[in-house]
Amino acid sequence: MARGSTIDAEAAAAPASPSAKRGTARGAEQLAGVAFVAPAVLVIVGLGLFPAAWAGLLALQKWNGFSEPRFIGTDNFLRMGRDPDLVSAAWHTLLYTALFMPISVVGGLLLAVALNRRIRFMGLYRTAIFVPYVASAAVTGLLANFVFNPEVGVVNNLLRVLGLSQQGWLEDPTQAIFVLVVMSMWGQLGFVTVVYLAALQDVDKACLEAAEVDGAGAVQRFRHITVPQVAPVTAFVVIWQTIQCIQLFDLVYTTTRGGPIGATTTLVYYLWEQAFRQLNFGYGSAIAWVLFIVTMVMTLVLVAIQRHRGGEQPA
Amino acid sequence: MSTTTDSTRSRRITPPESDSPSERSSKPRWQLPFSAWHLLLAPIAVLFAFPFVQMIMVSFMPSRDINRLPPRFVPTTITLDGYRGLLERSDILIWLMNTVIVSTVAVGSNVVLCSLAGYGFARLRFRGRNLSFLAVLGTIMIPIQLLMIPTYVLFSRLQLLNSLAALVVPWLATAFGVFLMRQFFLSVPRELEEAGLLDGASRLQILWRIVLPLARPSLMTLAIFTLVGSWNDLIWPVIAISDSHLFTLQIGLANFQGVRRTEWSLLMAGNVVAVLPLLVGFLVAQKHFLATMSNTGLKG
Repeated sequence: MARGSTIDAEAAAAPASPSAKRGTARGAEQLAGVAFVAPAVLVIVGLGLFPAAWAGLLALQKWNGFSEPRFIGTDNFLRMGRDPDLVSAAWHTLLYTALFMPISVVGGLLLAVALNRRIRFMGLYRTAIFVPYVASAAVTGLLANFVFNPEVGVVNNLLRVLGLSQQGWLEDPTQAIFVLVVMSMWGQLGFVTVVYLAALQDVDKACLEAAEVDGAGAVQRFRHITVPQVAPVTAFVVIWQTIQCIQLFDLVYTTTRGGPIGATTTLVYYLWEQAFRQLNFGYGSAIAWVLFIVTMVMTLVLVAIQRHRGGEQPA
Repeated sequence: MSTTTDSTRSRRITPPESDSPSERSSKPRWQLPFSAWHLLLAPIAVLFAFPFVQMIMVSFMPSRDINRLPPRFVPTTITLDGYRGLLERSDILIWLMNTVIVSTVAVGSNVVLCSLAGYGFARLRFRGRNLSFLAVLGTIMIPIQLLMIPTYVLFSRLQLLNSLAALVVPWLATAFGVFLMRQFFLSVPRELEEAGLLDGASRLQILWRIVLPLARPSLMTLAIFTLVGSWNDLIWPVIAISDSHLFTLQIGLANFQGVRRTEWSLLMAGNVVAVLPLLVGFLVAQKHFLATMSNTGLKG
């Protein structure tokens, strides 16, 4: 519609041009449009939608990647319910998510509030907290292995100085997943904080000042003005962080490789093992699809909750 | 130096919660000589900076500094043994080169292809536009774990596994990039382009000469997003590459770690190589990195 006005403007400015020119312009635009978007669309759809659909087909097969694939219907899906390793991987993922997601969201918001002021050294504080964003899982993993190393690691050495008992950390099946939570927090808290820091700039300042004049304390203003006003961002961050948690693979790969004794085998790590270690391409695809659908449903539920609550609140 | 200036200075940029709690409490029994927020923020900042600082320290340490009890934080003497060992006993230079190649191609290709596609979706009318844009958007929701098995099979059929091409192809264009650039182009006033159209300039010329120069912040965000993503990618190289001469830094280091378990100065030297380019980039262009972080979030 708006596009038409451009052509009209063109025609008006050059009244000599007949309507035929308009026709060729349309044709040229069609051609240009396709040529402009085709390369990116081919790559993105070809390596995004197409494999996803293919995974749906693979999920119905038993296949090791070499021999002839065998169609087995829903067997892969039924097998998931009977697979104790998958169930325990789901528990590990759930535990990790239940710890990481709330702490990172609340921590990120509080940190953003703390960083949202002009005091001395603020640039330094912000840089220190945000810079782990560039650390890859391989880098973070090695740092985790070092910092939490039972012999040379700084954590155990601090405990020793304080006269407390030494811990196994990543080598202890009951502790390893908590170390992963801590190190992920180091790498990702900055991201949540930056997102909230941007949102805080849009919080109604007049409202905050009016509340202050009316005698509302800092905590009250935070709870009743800031938190409700950043609620849409909170909904987004909750969804985003939950998806990140469900997809945890990299840090497991670079630290524990699922161990010790399977204590940190998360869903995606298990799926990777099934596909690329056991060569169960069909079963792996089935797990991937179920995981994807669960994630989608959860996202939609969270979005619906946010919409619903957003509707109740006076804007 | 005194706290009283804090609140006045703060008005300039971020006024809202300018005052420190110590100023606010009605009758403070004692007054800190600085904002109380420092008591919270300084320890947190130290905690976050610590792993990087220690990484750099250890990479220059002789191994006796690490293996004594308690290990030293600051090296007794600065040695390049870690880096020398890294060069001798790993293919770090090859991994670095591979990573640089992959990231350079990824950034260059994303900037070009996503600009073209973003402009096409924002400005040009053609059949199938809405459908193809929806298809691109749809892929944003699809996680890597759903794609990795079929993509592996596809690349194996195309004889692409174990090649740099395998690493580069998935990074040639990203849905985030297309979306980001489209959003930007939609915000550019059409009037700017109309003069060019009247002069008979082609769409490509208009994009290149008129629109793209305005898009520098968006292009910067796209470049940083692609650079960090492709530089740090782990799961896809793990799946697609088994030949150590084609490793990127990430997979090389991850595997190297298993082999050289306790040679910490060597491992940390590798870590420094893997993270330093991005670290320096972050420190130099912090503003753009922060824009990327908040953009990735809100639009990813």
